[in-house]
Amino acid sequence: MSIRLHDIAHCRAGDKGNTSTLSVFAYDPAHYPLLCRELTAEAVKAHLFRNVQGDVTRYEMPNVDALQFVCRQALHSGVTTSLTIDPHGKCLSSELLEMQIPASRV
Amino acid sequence: MVRIGCGAGFGGDRLEPAVRLLEDGALDYLVLECLAERTIGLGQKRRLHDPASGYDPLLERRMRPLLPLLKEKGTRIVTNMGSANPLAAGRKIARLAGELGIDITVAVVTGDDVLSVLDPEAPSMEDGRPLSSYGRILSANAYLGADAILPALQSGADVVITGRVADPSLVVAPLAHHFGWDLGDADRIGQGTVVGHLLECAGQITGGYFADPGRKDVPGLADLGFPFADVDADGNCVLSKVAGTGGLITAATVKEQLLYEVTDPTGYVTPDVIADFRSVRIAPLSPDRVEVSGGTGRIWPDTLKVSVGYHAGYVGEGEISYAGANALTRARLAGEALHARLASQFPELRVECLGGDSFRYGFLEGQEPTREYRLRIVGRAQSRETAEEIGREVEALLTNGPAGGGGARKYVQETVGIVSALLSRTKIEAQLTVMRSAS
Repeated sequence: MSIRLHDIAHCRAGDKGNTSTLSVFAYDPAHYPLLCRELTAEAVKAHLFRNVQGDVTRYEMPNVDALQFVCRQALHSGVTTSLTIDPHGKCLSSELLEMQIPASRV
Repeated sequence: MVRIGCGAGFGGDRLEPAVRLLEDGALDYLVLECLAERTIGLGQKRRLHDPASGYDPLLERRMRPLLPLLKEKGTRIVTNMGSANPLAAGRKIARLAGELGIDITVAVVTGDDVLSVLDPEAPSMEDGRPLSSYGRILSANAYLGADAILPALQSGADVVITGRVADPSLVVAPLAHHFGWDLGDADRIGQGTVVGHLLECAGQITGGYFADPGRKDVPGLADLGFPFADVDADGNCVLSKVAGTGGLITAATVKEQLLYEVTDPTGYVTPDVIADFRSVRIAPLSPDRVEVSGGTGRIWPDTLKVSVGYHAGYVGEGEISYAGANALTRARLAGEALHARLASQFPELRVECLGGDSFRYGFLEGQEPTREYRLRIVGRAQSRETAEEIGREVEALLTNGPAGGGGARKYVQETVGIVSALLSRTKIEAQLTVMRSAS
């Protein structure tokens, strides 16, 4: 059994060059420890493997119930030169929210 | 207390919200952030053809409804719409004000253009390759900070117009000016930078880029209002928007914007400070009013980031739709035919099937077919003429492709790539030019 990340978190995508930033926020602060446990940098990279080619760094921001993922080489060469339909990687936020989290831990 | 509003968050932003903000927001300052990274490179090219151009193409449309309200409302504008030619932008505004019979002064900040002092063989921040190896360099603009904008505010000008400056500095400068802040007071400038960072994308903190129906509902999205901040002498602020406008400001919209595009929340580097967001506190006070405090910082960096624009060729693109029976198979056949016809001319060619799973998978594979697909093909070329071949081939599918292709569209765009470098502050000198409208 698992639940979709979308049910407990919201996300905003940003871009800098060929780097995508994905900010994940718990709707309920009580779920923040669960996010910290399940949403590792490795798990995010694995889920977004089609786009994220480089390293993923995770910052814990408990002051805003958030995890900040900084994904390198994630935008097919970057905003100004990428040929993809979404050079900014705006769609990656909702893409990440499709991730499944083990439900037994919720 | 000082009130700063943000009336534009990017070059193509909507025009009306800024007018509403100026009319009903009781603002001291209205900031208009309009400069994307590649915009300057394109502006620089326009300027080569016409020395009086190169500033933001929407400058006149944006300023015309705002200028008549400035004196009446006691509001000053700070904007980076100068783009690749701030002096010409300043003259344009002064002339426009003259035509409208408005007596104002315009202060122009220059010095961000460092093309003549930048070493083209300097390593890029991205991968260390020399800047010149990316392509023909079109522009090089340093991110100036609040220190460059401050003299313009001290001149008393009604409108301050700049080229490339760091976005949060458009807010930090009025704060430092109003409260007489020492720019070396890193914690205060750090919190001021938090305020600037939160405001700089305008509608993105009032419910834009946020709505997810059923999960994050936004009332009145169509009439999205833009934000302002009431800031105290320590930089603590209350974010809000004009009553009666659409959208919302909540802890969630503020949190999302706090981390937006931040690649290191422990050290967000601007020309003014290295800001630390780890102790920022976000506290909702009442509907559409959120208090933000606690930002800190470390002293500003010795180098400034330079955004270098280079010619990255032309991108040709075409799209065509297939719907109904066997839509997927026909779209795929069209993609294969296009690839066969174009691959020899385009080393970089991409075929996607929109409506399938294009964003994740590239060309659709092993998925349940739906009823409608839009085939997209895109490639890069050195000349406009070659890039146009792509659209021509897509259009030619109408009579040379699978059955029932419709809605062919074609586009060609000149592209400016962006790469970054660091430059010592000692090589950069900001200048101020003050002009008066001819009334």
